Amino acid sequence: MRGTSLRSNALMAPAVLWLGFLLILPCALVLALSFFRRGIYGGVEYVLTLSNFAQAIDPLYAGILLNSARIAGIATAIAVVIGYAAAYAIASAPRRWQAVLLFFAVLPFWSNYLIRTYAWIVLLNSEGLIPLILRWIGYPGEPPQLLYTEGAVITGLVYNYLPFVILACYAPILRLNPELREASRDLGGSAIATFLRITLPLTLSGAAAGAVFVFVLSIGNFITPALLGGGRFQMVGNLVYHQFLSANDWPFGSALSAILIAIMLLLLVAQAKAAERASGTARSESHG
Amino acid sequence: MLMKSNSARANAAGIAAAAIFAAPGLAADLVISNWDGYMAADAIESFNEATGNNAELVLHGTNEEIMGKIMASGGKGLDVAFVSSPFAEVLRNLGLAAEIDASKIPNMSNLYPEAMMLEHDVGNKFSVPYAWGTTGLCYRSDLIQPAPESWNDLLDPDESLRGKTTMLATDRWLLAAGLLAKGYSVNETDIAKLEEVRDQLIETKETLLAYDDTTFYLKLVSGEATLVHAWDGWCNFGIAENSDIAYIVPAEGSDLWVDTMVVLEASENKDAAFAFINFILDADNHQWAAENILYKVPNKAAMDALPPELIEAFPNMGYSADSMLNYEQLRDVGETQRDYARIVSEIKAAQ
Repeated sequence: MRGTSLRSNALMAPAVLWLGFLLILPCALVLALSFFRRGIYGGVEYVLTLSNFAQAIDPLYAGILLNSARIAGIATAIAVVIGYAAAYAIASAPRRWQAVLLFFAVLPFWSNYLIRTYAWIVLLNSEGLIPLILRWIGYPGEPPQLLYTEGAVITGLVYNYLPFVILACYAPILRLNPELREASRDLGGSAIATFLRITLPLTLSGAAAGAVFVFVLSIGNFITPALLGGGRFQMVGNLVYHQFLSANDWPFGSALSAILIAIMLLLLVAQAKAAERASGTARSESHG
Repeated sequence: MLMKSNSARANAAGIAAAAIFAAPGLAADLVISNWDGYMAADAIESFNEATGNNAELVLHGTNEEIMGKIMASGGKGLDVAFVSSPFAEVLRNLGLAAEIDASKIPNMSNLYPEAMMLEHDVGNKFSVPYAWGTTGLCYRSDLIQPAPESWNDLLDPDESLRGKTTMLATDRWLLAAGLLAKGYSVNETDIAKLEEVRDQLIETKETLLAYDDTTFYLKLVSGEATLVHAWDGWCNFGIAENSDIAYIVPAEGSDLWVDTMVVLEASENKDAAFAFINFILDADNHQWAAENILYKVPNKAAMDALPPELIEAFPNMGYSADSMLNYEQLRDVGETQRDYARIVSEIKAAQ
């Protein structure tokens, strides 16, 4: 018994140290910094204050946060619809093809995030591939500006985080006992009713997990709005970046980060609780 | 004003990592921090050969990055830092910049007399200018008729230029364009005037293709943009690729940006640090920057020796030292920086 716990402690140690030093400690520092003041030359004055949080709920900055949530929300909705459909298609494909299709779904992850985002610039810019094709197929007049729009930012977010949704949805769809669907059809349920009343509720946990991933990663994102939005769309991630690297206001940047981390934690906890409840219900159903 | 791209930063990180792992046999006696590619690749080696020192170069990507390092360590472990003038001023105010001993830098006499009269540091008491220039309009002369003359040609563009212009994203320069257009100081602290500029810049935002600090000259080359807000040295990168690209300082003027060399008060080898600055101010060595990165250097001996073709191809290189002093430098604005940051956020968040 003692040996086992010693061994499990030893095995745990690297992960605990890693998380402790590289996740918990920096987050604690961010939280601590958010209660101090910006020094006159951009340093930090160690005088306790809540002014950074007061500034964060000012309509300007709160508005940026809400707008980020809106953009992340739209990206999440689109990613979930596309990702769920793709996962469903992959799970319904012949078994030997599934691994190949999944491989293609995660293939973009093999290249750098920045490069993937730059690829969209190459496609969307006014001298780029898509406007070129539009002109070639006879689009009347100048094609609309595609790059540096909110649509471009949302496209970039959906594209980059879609694989998370596909992977998260794939497993529960695959695990779903096909006999449940067959039973529904045998008892006269239409294809749509079967999907809505059997398949969807039983696989929703995957979609929810994917959605939380996309939302959390999108709301804090700053590279995509900077590159595909041309800096014309300020998201809260850009605001944090700006406080640290341009405005030299680390305490305010920290307060914004702390709020963002709190939102992410709440969402992840809510998702974990929902998943737990869902798997609990599923278990009791299959046992009952 | 040098701002390096992400790839340069990644490169810098790679080199820094290489420097850590390839521990040199002898500890460096002089550490210099500069932007990647901002001086000749063999500059350190030549300096070591000429002086018998064992200097080492470390790289920083941005002013903020090196300032963070210096402020965290009090400047220990670093002897010379290349920073833009507002940051040199902050180092001075924090007591982190050493007094420059001109007697140990005989090549200081190569500098233009005007380069000794910079408002952030008259007499070069704590910083020595390395490069200087203007911020203005860079445009496709083949696609814009007539040529732009005023900041308002960018801020309130002709219908034909809508969606074809970019502005710098960095707070101080973004606001400087609006301040200059209205005839205000680039270091304005009157909040009413700043708000007036904000309202103009929010209107301007509607007409912009993007805010861009790093690739604006490439957008001109590709034709995506036809008129961009640019640092003169960066416009030159575009001119080098397409000779139809041109640069002007608008009628209302520019800011004068200055990148400087600062010796840190914590340096234990100040004589070698001054010797290094002296080495850089040597006409041939300083000319490297003008010829290779197409930035103006405040070194008369170096500029006088530039080939005439270079000045013909890149007209800003021919602007007189005298004319540079017509422009105001960006200075540290203290507490008003918070207002600047807020106003920039208001502009960027405006729908």
